[in-house]
Amino acid sequence: MNATDHFALFDLPRTFALDAAQLEAAWKHVAQAVHPDRFATRSAPERRVAMQWSAQANEAYRVLKQPLLRARYLCELAGVDLQTETNTAMAPEFLVQQMSWHEQLDECLEQPDNVRARESLAKEIELALAQCQQAVSQALDTQQFTQAAHRIREWMFLDKLTTQLQTIEV
Amino acid sequence: MALLQISEPGESPAPHQRRLAVGIDLGTTHSLVASVRSSVAEVLPDEAGRHLVPSAVLYKAGGTALIGSEALAQQAQYPLDTLVSVKRLMGRSYEDALASGMPFNFVPDSQSVKIHTQHAVVSPVEVASKILEKLRFLAEGTLGDELVGAVITVPAYFDDAQRQATRDAARLAGLNVLRLLNEPTAAAIAYGLDHGSEGLYAVFDLGGGTFDVSLLKLTRGVFEVVATGGDTALGGDDFDAALADYFVGVHCLNDLDHAARRALLSASRRLREALTDNASHTETLMLGAAKIDLSLTRVAFEALAQSLVERTLACARQVLKDAGLTVKDVQGVVMVGGATRMPVVQAAVQTLFAKTPLTDLDPDQVVALGAALQANLLAGNRNPGEDWLLLDVTPLTLGLETMGGLVEHIIPRNSTIPVARAQEFTTFKDGQTALAVHVVQGERDLVADCRSLARFELRGIPPMVAGAARIRVTFQVDADGLLSVTAREQGSGVEASVTVKPSYGLTDDEVSKMLSDSMTLADHDAKMRMLREQQVDAQQLIESVVAALAADSDLLSAAQQTRIAQQLQATQLCAQGDDIDAIRLATKALSEVTDDFAAQRMDRSIRAALKGKSLNEL
Repeated sequence: MNATDHFALFDLPRTFALDAAQLEAAWKHVAQAVHPDRFATRSAPERRVAMQWSAQANEAYRVLKQPLLRARYLCELAGVDLQTETNTAMAPEFLVQQMSWHEQLDECLEQPDNVRARESLAKEIELALAQCQQAVSQALDTQQFTQAAHRIREWMFLDKLTTQLQTIEV
Repeated sequence: MALLQISEPGESPAPHQRRLAVGIDLGTTHSLVASVRSSVAEVLPDEAGRHLVPSAVLYKAGGTALIGSEALAQQAQYPLDTLVSVKRLMGRSYEDALASGMPFNFVPDSQSVKIHTQHAVVSPVEVASKILEKLRFLAEGTLGDELVGAVITVPAYFDDAQRQATRDAARLAGLNVLRLLNEPTAAAIAYGLDHGSEGLYAVFDLGGGTFDVSLLKLTRGVFEVVATGGDTALGGDDFDAALADYFVGVHCLNDLDHAARRALLSASRRLREALTDNASHTETLMLGAAKIDLSLTRVAFEALAQSLVERTLACARQVLKDAGLTVKDVQGVVMVGGATRMPVVQAAVQTLFAKTPLTDLDPDQVVALGAALQANLLAGNRNPGEDWLLLDVTPLTLGLETMGGLVEHIIPRNSTIPVARAQEFTTFKDGQTALAVHVVQGERDLVADCRSLARFELRGIPPMVAGAARIRVTFQVDADGLLSVTAREQGSGVEASVTVKPSYGLTDDEVSKMLSDSMTLADHDAKMRMLREQQVDAQQLIESVVAALAADSDLLSAAQQTRIAQQLQATQLCAQGDDIDAIRLATKALSEVTDDFAAQRMDRSIRAALKGKSLNEL
């Protein structure tokens, strides 16, 4: 019933740059207006509508809160498919870099006590992530969605690498 | 029954329309009912002035049941017929019941369990409904009118089956469930509103049989649960059992029968409670003619309790980790549940969080008080600006079985509810026309390690090559934390759905039947009351449909308008008669024919509300 995009729902401009506090306030504002608790004594169909709006508000907040999901969502809205499963094309230098990181990750997995190696790899990936996010942000702001999608795939790869690295520390 | 009146959100009814609603803490060892009177939440005492109703039901000959203190008073005499701690069995299987170590005679009942007593064979849901019914009578007697509804609390860590069972018990007790509310969240409401607190709070809730820990972010007017965790099989009972096991060893008390075991557990409980205020204590246990002194120092007890305490701390650490937070971020710790009175628990919590836990609200009452505040809010008794928003989360990950017995996680734990999430699946074989959907709950990757919630089949998929079908499975968790699942083949539109009401739950028909069975005993007065209620319901619906048509008939096509007008007339005619069933059916028919209209009006009203208010007005 409620076909409105996440940005419109929160009355926010459709941009990658987003103020976290403003987003949270917007979410709570909308959640307050549509939450089923406001309609607890109403009929079943009315409560169902409130629940659907409420679920969308929560989903919108989840997606917009996380930069990676937000970037993917902006591409989706622009009609650009990320082709995450079919398109694995990446810049040659990134592929070379990727192989090197994977080798380092394997070493870290084999030697979980080598904190220094892990920290240096983590720092390197962190830097690459920041650069990647910067590029995505620029591409999205200038409506270059195909270029953005390309860098988002790199971002997803870096994100996965970070997660794998973090599991070692547990 | 559809009430189509749309008042402005937050508009509060006039004082004479104040609607009675209660909060109920359905506990493992005792239960409480509370209500907001003169804007203060208070626990309603029974005729003897007691606030706590023991969660005990004794089934006697002739179908009568004693509930609460009366039941407990005869527990020693009828240990197998006095059912206690049944909360631990809600939504559980026969195997779970056996593993619980509870001293009752269990019998399997399809995939759930029943308890065999001398005079009755009952399900945990039925036992719980007896307790809830007593609380309903207590509340209606004290408040002087019928209730519009109740908020029932459940441990945050209750899974879907346990929640369904609790809701079934409430419906069976004749209660309209406004909301199932998580116990720690209820406690936070009671504390937050009392202290006007802001910031991150941890709620440490150790009850008789369950343990929960929740992290909540409190900001002006919003209670946001950030993460929750716990153990639905850890509570004060386990400390008693540890003590009992110790005395079995010391006094060579092997081969105790049910009655003796029950007496030993009770004595252990009294001893544990006495050690809260005393450095050492002795309880006397009478086993037949034999008299045994059970003596222990607090220091010795604390050594016995250490591993149980450590389990609670491990849960608390995990919840912090889930939220990506540390103990430094926590501004205060709220203690809930009678078992948190134990000094060993308080000291451990204080050490972990490096803060003195808050205990100024009675840990036995705080959950019921919070539930009463929420019930009052949901019933619509608060003015705009005085209300608050509660954002709770799913305690456990929900997923689907995929090839090879693996779980595909659909909704991760700690997702804010209500939540809806969809994922696409495809067929595995050429020409496959059906897809089995197996819904599971739990954090593990293998189906075998998770709790099975429901199975259903999507049939009638048009034959295609493997991998060509696109089946969208949607999970939806409502504000009560209850799950429903829908599967739809995108090309053909074939659809199947299930409200997850597994082997454990009761269908609507079963509840109606159980309710009408109890009605056959009712006398003429009750019949008259039912007729009057039915007429009032019909009249209210008729009036609201008339008002809705006057306001928003532009949402309807000419054909829809005609259909509604016809049913309206038929229902009006019927409501003047005195046939209870006919009026009920006519009311239901009118409600059904106007369901879509009600949904569309609601959607319009929400759109208008969202458009009308900009953020600047906040």
